[in-house]
Amino acid sequence: MNVLQHIDFDTLNALKGVMEDDFNFLIETFIQDSHDRLAKLQKFSADQDADNIRRAVHSFKGSCSNLGALRLASLCALLERKVLEGQCDDLAVDLLVIEEEFFIIKQMMLDFLK
Amino acid sequence: MDAIAMNDLHGLKILVADDTDTDRLILETIVRKEGHQVVSAKNGLEAVAIFKQERPDIVLLDALMPELDGFDAARQIKELAGDELVPVIFLTSLQDTDSLVRCLDAGGDDFLSKPYNRVILKAKIKSFNRMRGLHNTMITQRNQLAQHHQRLLQEQAVAKQVFDNVAHSGCLNASNVRYFLSSLAVFNGDVVVAAIRPNGNMMVLLGDFTGHGLPAAIGAMPLASTFYGMVQKGFSMSDVLREINKKLKTILPVGLFCCATMIDFNFRRKRIKVWNGGLPAGMIFHVADGSITPISSSHLPLGVLPEKSFKADAKYYDLESGDRVFMWSDGIHEARNSEGEMFGEERLLDLFKTNEDPVAVFDEVLLGVKNFIGSGEQDDDLSMIEIRMDSFENLNLPVANYAQLHPAATVEWELRFEVKPTSFKTFDPLPFLLNVLTEEPDLRGFSGSLYTILAELYSNALEHGVLGLDGSLKKSPEGFAEYYSKREQLLNTISDGYVHIYFTYCSNLEGGTLTLRVEDSGQGFDYAARIGKELSTKGYGGRGIGLIENLCKTVRYYGKGNKVEVVFAWVNDD
Repeated sequence: MNVLQHIDFDTLNALKGVMEDDFNFLIETFIQDSHDRLAKLQKFSADQDADNIRRAVHSFKGSCSNLGALRLASLCALLERKVLEGQCDDLAVDLLVIEEEFFIIKQMMLDFLK
Repeated sequence: MDAIAMNDLHGLKILVADDTDTDRLILETIVRKEGHQVVSAKNGLEAVAIFKQERPDIVLLDALMPELDGFDAARQIKELAGDELVPVIFLTSLQDTDSLVRCLDAGGDDFLSKPYNRVILKAKIKSFNRMRGLHNTMITQRNQLAQHHQRLLQEQAVAKQVFDNVAHSGCLNASNVRYFLSSLAVFNGDVVVAAIRPNGNMMVLLGDFTGHGLPAAIGAMPLASTFYGMVQKGFSMSDVLREINKKLKTILPVGLFCCATMIDFNFRRKRIKVWNGGLPAGMIFHVADGSITPISSSHLPLGVLPEKSFKADAKYYDLESGDRVFMWSDGIHEARNSEGEMFGEERLLDLFKTNEDPVAVFDEVLLGVKNFIGSGEQDDDLSMIEIRMDSFENLNLPVANYAQLHPAATVEWELRFEVKPTSFKTFDPLPFLLNVLTEEPDLRGFSGSLYTILAELYSNALEHGVLGLDGSLKKSPEGFAEYYSKREQLLNTISDGYVHIYFTYCSNLEGGTLTLRVEDSGQGFDYAARIGKELSTKGYGGRGIGLIENLCKTVRYYGKGNKVEVVFAWVNDD
């Protein structure tokens, strides 16, 4: 399996075409939302709250896929499945990988806006 | 919503419910770009509330939302939508089979997966809008159908009332009558009519039209109106039967006819006159010894034979007071039990054999049939009528005339009528006189013969008597024309003369006579020369008198031949 792209720019360009003037706002909202989600995920992880983690990454996955953040969406999907299967041992590691990926695409998106 | 708005893709109001701001923002923008109006919600509760308020056409619903999730929101929205089709499309990144099935179970109509694809969304909206159009057409038509059905039922209820008033009325409430009618459908193909004749006899008819329901019932209307019209005027049973047969033959389609039994009850003579065309044999239940006389069908049903070949001859039976006459439709004999077995004649006869109290036999028969049918289904109209022989005074009927209470009384009257010369040309006295004569119930059945007699006597008196025309002229075709041109000429100029018409009526229980005397102001003729060859008179001029001699008991000329007297006689046979 090929390593997924961080961002599918076809999706991002199509979104830009649809959103027009609202595109910047969309990206900014996504970045802000994602920060909030990551903070929540850290808290759920500390609480070992598997159910809320699953819900949060599920929702995060959908939102990432809509913005063309393919790799991040895929990491969310992996974590969602792991939690669903009851494998909650490496939560902190998994979240770290997700956070790293988020910071990469955040920068790429901000660059794209310029 | 009307059809035009339905087809206008750009007029739709679409609810977008998603708790993720970016996802919602993207979807709102896409939907708006497609030209639709957007209303938004951030969770399930909001979605339901906004649905109530805005009544969107299509709902795009995220599956996992806080407060109330998409599944429950979908259920509530579908509930609120009622009859209307509001497509619910789930927005989902769920992929496992169970979750997708849950979406559909909750009332979802489709899915839209993330990332959103503008082209696919557009196609889905278009397709669901088309489905909404079809659904609304179906709902409209369903409502119309329901409305039509409702109206049909109302109309049937009204029609049934009219029908029952016409078809099951008359003197069925007389104290000697019991009847039972159970119809398979709203309308009954069986008809029971009863009325009192001017002479105090009761005439009853039970009819069973082929089929059941409205098509069978419709024929009962003309039957009933003919029956009541004629019986109350005193027409004989054979006249009434002939008229009903003629009417039904004319108006009913081929294959539709009426099996019927008609009975004329003479309460004074304790005698009945029966005509049965196609119904199962009725029964006379003799109370004295419990014996039974069947009254079987010996004719074809009403509405089958053309007027000419119809036979109205009846059978007579003598009864005792208290004897009961039963008539029924084949619904009794052909009633089936749950095994499909028919009730049949034998079981019916057994009920009569085991009867101990004649008063109870009617109920025993009904109960017997009911118990026999058990859980089986009624598959035909079921009718039965019982009439008890009694004296007229015991029937508790409103008395319409003196003759009903005193049928044995003799009735006698005389009438003299004169036509003056000024009116010979313009006045036709025949309809006038015939009206007077047919006021007598006994004469009603003979109006045709009476007209023939009157017409011939009057034209003889006017043309040969008053006008002095020579009847022998009419023996040749040329003379025939000359005769009528002379007649016309004379009528235009005549200024004196007369025609007198005398009626002497005498009737009693057994029958009666009507004597007609016609006298004119003419010269008369040598009637002695006619004697002995009355019936052999031939040719155009002599035809009339020959006919009269056939119709009347006697024909006699008087005086110088300007007076003629004929006696018309009849015998009451019922």
